[in-house]
Amino acid sequence: MEKKLVISKIKEGTVIDHINAGKALLVLKILGIGPESRERVSMVMNVPSGKMGKKDIVKVEGKFIGEEELNKIALIAPKATINLIKDYEVQKKFKVTLPEMIEGILRCPNGNCITNSREPIAPKFRVFLERDNVVAKCYYCGRKIKEVDRFIV
Amino acid sequence: MARFRHLISIDDLSKDDIIYILDRAEEFEEIARGRKSNLLEGKMLANLFFEPSTRTRMSFEVAMKRLGGEVLNVTAQEASSIAKGETLADTVRVVSKYADAIVIRHPLEGSARLAAEFSEVPVINAGDGAGQHPTQTLLDLYTIRKESKLEGLKIALMGDLKYSRTVHSLIKALTLFNAKIYLISPESLRLPEEFLEGLKGDVVEAKLEDVIGEIDVLYVTRIQKERFPDEEEYRKVAGSYRITPEVLRDAKEDLIIMHPLPRVDEIDPAVDRTKHAKYFDQVFYGVPVRMAILTEVMLD
Repeated sequence: MEKKLVISKIKEGTVIDHINAGKALLVLKILGIGPESRERVSMVMNVPSGKMGKKDIVKVEGKFIGEEELNKIALIAPKATINLIKDYEVQKKFKVTLPEMIEGILRCPNGNCITNSREPIAPKFRVFLERDNVVAKCYYCGRKIKEVDRFIV
Repeated sequence: MARFRHLISIDDLSKDDIIYILDRAEEFEEIARGRKSNLLEGKMLANLFFEPSTRTRMSFEVAMKRLGGEVLNVTAQEASSIAKGETLADTVRVVSKYADAIVIRHPLEGSARLAAEFSEVPVINAGDGAGQHPTQTLLDLYTIRKESKLEGLKIALMGDLKYSRTVHSLIKALTLFNAKIYLISPESLRLPEEFLEGLKGDVVEAKLEDVIGEIDVLYVTRIQKERFPDEEEYRKVAGSYRITPEVLRDAKEDLIIMHPLPRVDEIDPAVDRTKHAKYFDQVFYGVPVRMAILTEVMLD
């Protein structure tokens, strides 16, 4: 029998598919899933994909992640699709959409920006597409970030 | 109903808003020259300056006082002593309990936007680090409209185009009025290319001698010594970006020369006596423009 690397179907939870290859760990970071998290998480990277060449997939068991939360993923994986699973069946399927504004995920690269000083605010960015690339602009100082994954905190 | 509650960045204003402020400023000119007014009587403006800036602070103070209002000046030294390690957010909350509006200058970019979030009263940005200084841009536009024309303008911006926030904001605003903009600067102080991305406008680099005969406005900025590796390099560059009566020989009759001041060597004092020199009038125009802004945010 041919040996295959597979991740079993999950009974209940959230499957994030069509993540740009190599970005799965960042997706988890954006969703706040780390060593202290209690959810069972499986992840595959660099899976062959018809549309994308290669892609990553993340499955989070026992948890329906909110749409607003999931849309933050669009920052680094604008083509990601979400499947919410219940009793092994897809309950809801949708594509992430880029939010207009994100708070607290990126840090401003401008060392002279007020968000990098000791103020009671979270960094806030307007996000938009520029020639198919996701670009973020600091709401406070106006600095533009073209490589957003470098500044995820 | 006010058109805006705070004034943080020129980007927050539409072309229509800008024209509205310039029109209002026109109405305040007489008061700026000394006609009595009590329009802002009983109102208190807090000048919250975390960095020294005598010129801008004085201009706001004059505007407020000539309108019958009062001014609470907080100097750089006092501001940092109020702060005593407290956050800007808290300082602004405190000061907004005393005043009807706050003018703020602060060394960090984005500080005025933050101040507006925490203030109970309107906030006017008077410079946040290398960021924005919208009242300077508005008074520049006002000067251009008064002394030249805003629509169909040909303007050359000369000097430090890389670091000058005045120039950056002015370019953005001028593109709203379809200006033809020439950029004249030493190689090391060119306008950052990123700045021009997404900007719809007629902006090209040029040499002063090639355009002096066609421009309506020559906007000169200071070239700062600290931008150069050594004194000699600075002298060489600064010397070739100096306006003298000689340089202006082929200029149009009605060319105006502007400068945000303070100037160092970039305009020969002999130019002051020519009809082209408008940089001191530009200082005056700051007063009616700031009156227009103060009344807009402080009166219902």
